[in-house]
Amino acid sequence: MKAAPFEYLRATSLDEAIEALGTPDARALAGGQSLVPLLNLRQARPSLVVDINRLDELSFLRKENGRLEIGALTRHRAVETSAVVRSEIPLLAEALGHVGHVAIRNRGTIGGSLAHADPAAELPAVMVALDADFTVRSASGERTVAARDFFLGPHRTALGRGELLTRISVPSHRGGWAVEELSRRSRDLALVAVFATVTMTGEVCESARIAVAGAGPTPIRATAAEASLTGGPMTGDAIALAAELAAAATDPPGDLHAPADYRREMAAVLTRRALARAKEGA
Amino acid sequence: MITVTLTVNGRTYRADCEPRRTLADFLRHDLGFTGVHVGCEHGVCGSCTITLDGASARACCLLAVQVDGSEIVTVEGLASDGELHPLQESFRKHHGLQCGFCTPGMLATATELLKENPDPTDAEIRQAISGNLCRCTGYQFIVDAVRDAAR
Repeated sequence: MKAAPFEYLRATSLDEAIEALGTPDARALAGGQSLVPLLNLRQARPSLVVDINRLDELSFLRKENGRLEIGALTRHRAVETSAVVRSEIPLLAEALGHVGHVAIRNRGTIGGSLAHADPAAELPAVMVALDADFTVRSASGERTVAARDFFLGPHRTALGRGELLTRISVPSHRGGWAVEELSRRSRDLALVAVFATVTMTGEVCESARIAVAGAGPTPIRATAAEASLTGGPMTGDAIALAAELAAAATDPPGDLHAPADYRREMAAVLTRRALARAKEGA
Repeated sequence: MITVTLTVNGRTYRADCEPRRTLADFLRHDLGFTGVHVGCEHGVCGSCTITLDGASARACCLLAVQVDGSEIVTVEGLASDGELHPLQESFRKHHGLQCGFCTPGMLATATELLKENPDPTDAEIRQAISGNLCRCTGYQFIVDAVRDAAR
């Protein structure tokens, strides 16, 4: 199928892009790896496409005050292969390896994936697990939105008309981490995926963070599971309990690929595996 | 209509297109590079994979207007001086193509793989080409061809 016609603006400045995004039914075009397929399938029919690919100021990756600052237009592959990311936030690099194939990651952008807000996508969930902050810019200035508050539903975010996600700030992570993903095809969207980080003092779990993708309308942060682990020994039983609590927090969809009960059960299985691996690395 | 300028296989082309024109359709229909094959049109099948500014990309998941000014290599640009590219030679030798529809995308993907990893394992080859659907060969001959070309 072919896209329906739309107006097109190649933005030459951030201000110009933001002003144009105030147009009803305008969409920002970054890498296009989510938007162009939607256009081709006519699942999206924007009135105006605002191309932000020339806004080089939105493409950067730097370490600042123990955090990684990522410009929204930074391509997945650049983040995935960055030595700084691999050493500071290896969970992010590993998660990006699950985002489509290399040809997709060469073009897809961090901000584009997040703004697309697919509940089965890796990046939204990993940002929730990592307690990232997003900077959103509009004509009236900038605001910061926590990753946990950004995702409102399938393909729905806290971005309003005339707002553009410009920057992602991720705290560095020390300790163990793991990605566990079940998908139908290699590098496809997740049926269910779990992203976990664990820090330990001796045998005691100091902190645990668990986010689940593909198991609800938004990424699910498994706070009850995290609380059950914190401050106690990370035994097999403790991990099993946390896995059950994480699964109980999910609200998975059912479709012809996997019924909801199966996804919920897999959320428990993958959480158990992820926590065991994260503990090993902690 | 917007004018788009691209360097394709070392030559510069300029043509008008609508903003909704995908890069795949622009290359294939407007510039005549029919080696760019359009399959699923939503990034799953990999038949439209080309090399864009030195890295593989799905030509169906990009708008031509979005990549104005870029350098592209299609399958037509792989051979030089009448000699097939070593990967093309290897695909022929190992019968790595049957209907040939997936072949241009497979070659673009394999070219990038060997550039980044000159001695891939079979598992790495399979992982790399898992984003390119082939319905004829069962992949075995393609894996053989890529492995042999790496030598």
